[in-house]
Amino acid sequence: MADTRTIEIEVLRYNPERDTEPRFQSFQVPFSHDTSVLQGLQYIKDHLDGSLTFRWSCRMAICGSCGKMVNGVPQLSCHVFLRDYYPGKVRVEPLNHFPVLRDLAIDQSDFFESKLPAIKPYIVPKQDKPLAAGTHRQTPQQFQQYYPYSQCINCLLCYAACPQYGLKPEFTGPAALALLHRYNADSRDRGWDERAELLNAEEGVWGCTLVGYCSEVCPKHVDPARAINQNKVNSTMDYFGVRKLLMPKGDD
Amino acid sequence: MAQARTYVRPMQGWWRRNPYFVRYMIREASSVFLAIYTLILLVGLLRLTQGEAAYEGWRAVLGSPPSILFHWLALLTVGYHAYTWWKVAPKTAPDIRIGGRPLPEIAITGGGWAATVVASVLVYVIVRWM
Repeated sequence: MADTRTIEIEVLRYNPERDTEPRFQSFQVPFSHDTSVLQGLQYIKDHLDGSLTFRWSCRMAICGSCGKMVNGVPQLSCHVFLRDYYPGKVRVEPLNHFPVLRDLAIDQSDFFESKLPAIKPYIVPKQDKPLAAGTHRQTPQQFQQYYPYSQCINCLLCYAACPQYGLKPEFTGPAALALLHRYNADSRDRGWDERAELLNAEEGVWGCTLVGYCSEVCPKHVDPARAINQNKVNSTMDYFGVRKLLMPKGDD
Repeated sequence: MAQARTYVRPMQGWWRRNPYFVRYMIREASSVFLAIYTLILLVGLLRLTQGEAAYEGWRAVLGSPPSILFHWLALLTVGYHAYTWWKVAPKTAPDIRIGGRPLPEIAITGGGWAATVVASVLVYVIVRWM
């Protein structure tokens, strides 16, 4: 590679069996024009220190596995390039606000085992139709109501961007609330009542103070801040008992 | 399965770590100036009910240098608050669709600013000439 340069990557290290708290370790990593931060970490693991632990899978910003703090900003590490940080150094840390399991790997169970299942992330129909009844039909307008929110890849960058989640881990958080809205906004769904208790709670939309950074860092432009704050209006209408009156969903 | 030992990082000083959070904290803090300004106006109203002398006393306090300094500060911070208010308005507005398409963010922010300018000019005209 003709244009190979060397950059310093500073990585947070934590070994739960040995360390009482994390520390930083620096590596000199060769890179070229198209080397991502993730590839930089893979170089470290392959050539410098095989014990470095981090998650990754697809390398093309769709699986949502490789989220890290890169110089303090939540990023998919496959989606940012070392060239953009050179000649400065790159500091890679595990996603903020999550417990550190080891090195750059966080404990994601709060989201995947608790927050996500709680919002019932599936269509709750009024009643199940038999297969013979055919497909559920939707107009392009009905599709557009939820489509942007269905683009979430569960990468958790928005949780790392949300200080409210860091300060109050019981807050349902951006991605789960955006997905809650994704299903509520679906014309095929009748699950509002089942999701209402969570949505209307302090741990639901009212735990959000509209910092807005979640929407800035979302790699899929889901705009969780929009989903949550739109539902403060819905929640208020629900409280006064006028939501169904003002936002009817039809009877089918 | 045994629970893995994890390390939870402290949140202390979180808002100083990112300029985005610093701007958020300034936005939130600016509402304190707005609250104090509102209290001063309410006190003025109260003094007005207590007669001319009380009201003139309140006005004299308003003209003192510390009061003028505060009002300049309040104007600045409330101006910043207004800027952030309209900036986030597209996130808080109800879902408005025209012909099936969501209202563009610039229309909400721009509409907010237009309303602010019209209201400010109206208030100025009323106070100055009526």
